[in-house]
Amino acid sequence: MGATLEIRNLHVSINDTPILKGVNLTINQGETHALMGPNGSGKSTLAYALMGHPAYTVDSGEVIFDGVDMLELEADERSRLGLFLAFQYPVAVPGVTVANFLRSAINARRKSENPEDPGITIPDFRRLLKNKMDLLGIDHKFAGRYLNEGFSGGEKKRNEVLQLATLEPKIGILDETDSGLDIDALRIVADGVNKLKGPQLGILVITHYKRMLEYLQPSFVHMIMDGQIVESGGPELADEIEEYGYKPFFAKHGVEATED
Amino acid sequence: MSDRQLTAEERSLRYINEEYLEKYGFHDPDDFYAIKSEPGLSEDVVRWISAIKGEPTWMTEFRVRAYHEFLKKPMPTWGADLSQIDFDKIRYYVRATERQESNWDDVPPDIKQTFDRLGIPEAEQKFLSGVGAQYESEVVYHKIREDLESKGVLFLDMDSGLREHPEIVREYFGSVIPLTDNKFAALNSAVWSGGSFIYVPPGVHVEMPLQAYFRINTENMGQFERTLIIVDEGAFVHYVEGCTAPIWSTDSLHSAVVEIIVKKGGRCRYTTIQNWSSNVYNLVTKRAVAYENATMEWVDANLGSKITMKYPAVYLIEPGAHGEILSIAFAGDGQHQDAGGKVVHVAPNTTSRIISKSISKDTGRSSYRGLLKAHKGARNIRSNVVCDALLLDPAARSDTYPYIEIEEDDVTVGHEASVSKVGEEQLFYLMSRGLSEAEANSMIVNGFIEPLARELPAEFSLELRRLIEIQLEGSVG
Repeated sequence: MGATLEIRNLHVSINDTPILKGVNLTINQGETHALMGPNGSGKSTLAYALMGHPAYTVDSGEVIFDGVDMLELEADERSRLGLFLAFQYPVAVPGVTVANFLRSAINARRKSENPEDPGITIPDFRRLLKNKMDLLGIDHKFAGRYLNEGFSGGEKKRNEVLQLATLEPKIGILDETDSGLDIDALRIVADGVNKLKGPQLGILVITHYKRMLEYLQPSFVHMIMDGQIVESGGPELADEIEEYGYKPFFAKHGVEATED
Repeated sequence: MSDRQLTAEERSLRYINEEYLEKYGFHDPDDFYAIKSEPGLSEDVVRWISAIKGEPTWMTEFRVRAYHEFLKKPMPTWGADLSQIDFDKIRYYVRATERQESNWDDVPPDIKQTFDRLGIPEAEQKFLSGVGAQYESEVVYHKIREDLESKGVLFLDMDSGLREHPEIVREYFGSVIPLTDNKFAALNSAVWSGGSFIYVPPGVHVEMPLQAYFRINTENMGQFERTLIIVDEGAFVHYVEGCTAPIWSTDSLHSAVVEIIVKKGGRCRYTTIQNWSSNVYNLVTKRAVAYENATMEWVDANLGSKITMKYPAVYLIEPGAHGEILSIAFAGDGQHQDAGGKVVHVAPNTTSRIISKSISKDTGRSSYRGLLKAHKGARNIRSNVVCDALLLDPAARSDTYPYIEIEEDDVTVGHEASVSKVGEEQLFYLMSRGLSEAEANSMIVNGFIEPLARELPAEFSLELRRLIEIQLEGSVG
């Protein structure tokens, strides 16, 4: 049976300012969900809080992943359990190659399962990484570049997808992976994610725009406003938002419109 | 080691982590010493050192002059805090054995065991052209590969160099760093013992490094090795030095002088991996002169010691000379690494590069202190200085003191400095991929030093990374 990420009545604040005000959402391995919402509605806060960023304080609620209470765990433990966050703004780590980084990440997982594990051999790792880069159409030279250093916007996002492909999480959250990309870069990144879709991967795509969703075809679409999920439906919800914007929904849910 | 067993003073040394204790912190029994001077320094002690070495008169006089120069010069107060050094408590000369060997089996077992534990004989087999091992004041083992010897390469300890090649030593000794240079160079000139003497004949390339290893074993010991390297025209040598000491509750002093002459078209690389225990004052003067089209490279990694003050220098005295200083400093809890480099462009058409990377952890403090100088007439010179500091903890400190003195117009000088903190965002990013906080920290630090580490031969790069790993683990335990 697949893993489930279950978010129950989650309240999160930053510097004592409440941002999430009771989010409920369940994602099963193999499903693709989209989370849409206007600026400042709490989309990225949800992503960071799920991954365990120390600046985000969980005030109440529960996050259960694969039967484990995630809120007790550090970010690295959450990752090793099979949760992944593709960052909107990936951080540069000078001097650390993409390959070295990914190999360390794989070994960290293996060691947490078995402390005696000697880690993946270099030939095995090379093969794995090559396969993943070929799958995503990424130049092999990429592996030798320093992590996110001097990467273009598109390269950063492709690098996030490469990590998603290599680490094979159970649930992957894509935090505005489409932001800052032109239409060609967006297609390449979305194609990559599409190739990873399957029964082993649950996806939560966070986005402002429908464009990304046209590629990814989520079965479930949710709308977040003022820290709560106010609408959930199928792809038609995304169409509705695309056509009318968020305005009608502000009125419908009695939420004051935020500056966009 | 539990806290209760530690004296107050030892507790202050707690930042030396257990791994250093295990690996380098052992010390040999001290009942086998052949000669051990009483603590304290006087003209008599200086003359006595010279006498037991059977030196020529000019060297004895050089020492005595240096001693008086040492007395005259005030303690430098412009850098790290040296006020705790008590010159009266130091033993200036300690000899463990009567003779020097060229076969490890002949080295006294206690001492051989020390170097075995440090992996020196093994390294010699694998990737070195020659090895010198200094224990306290004297070099106890020395060996160079025969093929190099037959090409005329000299690799001796400094005392043997003086005995066997007095004419070369007399010509160059003190020519790059005069005994009046600074208080600690004067002290070294007065009481020097051991160190390396290297001469590489014209056109000879010593492909694999020559290594010297320095070990202090006795408490309150002063080690004052003296190294002189002459690279003749078109020749090349890579010299590597390493050093460790046990952890005593009282301080030791290491004050070396290294003089290097690189002649026309020659190249010298001098790599230091300094890993003294955290009760050693490490106050070293290193300077090279580079002639026409010669290249001098200092790779200076400072990981250990209580206080280090060291600024390897290159004087570019003829056209086409190139100087390079790559400095890495890691200041752990309670340590102060005051390091950097000096480049003096005396001649036109000379180039230089200084890259400094420092890491400060816990209450560690690292300072970059650099001088870039261009004399009048040194036209068309290019120099680039980059210093980056990484702070791992809120209490860690980094300072930059870049001095630039340019007396000529036609120069191109670049200077960049950056200070970065290991940020929450970097850590979170790496941890979100499954790395523990310690692994993430280590990855960031390793990445930070990568541009310098990759300039080293693989074995030394590995050693450097391993030592940094030990330093990083230090505060966790």
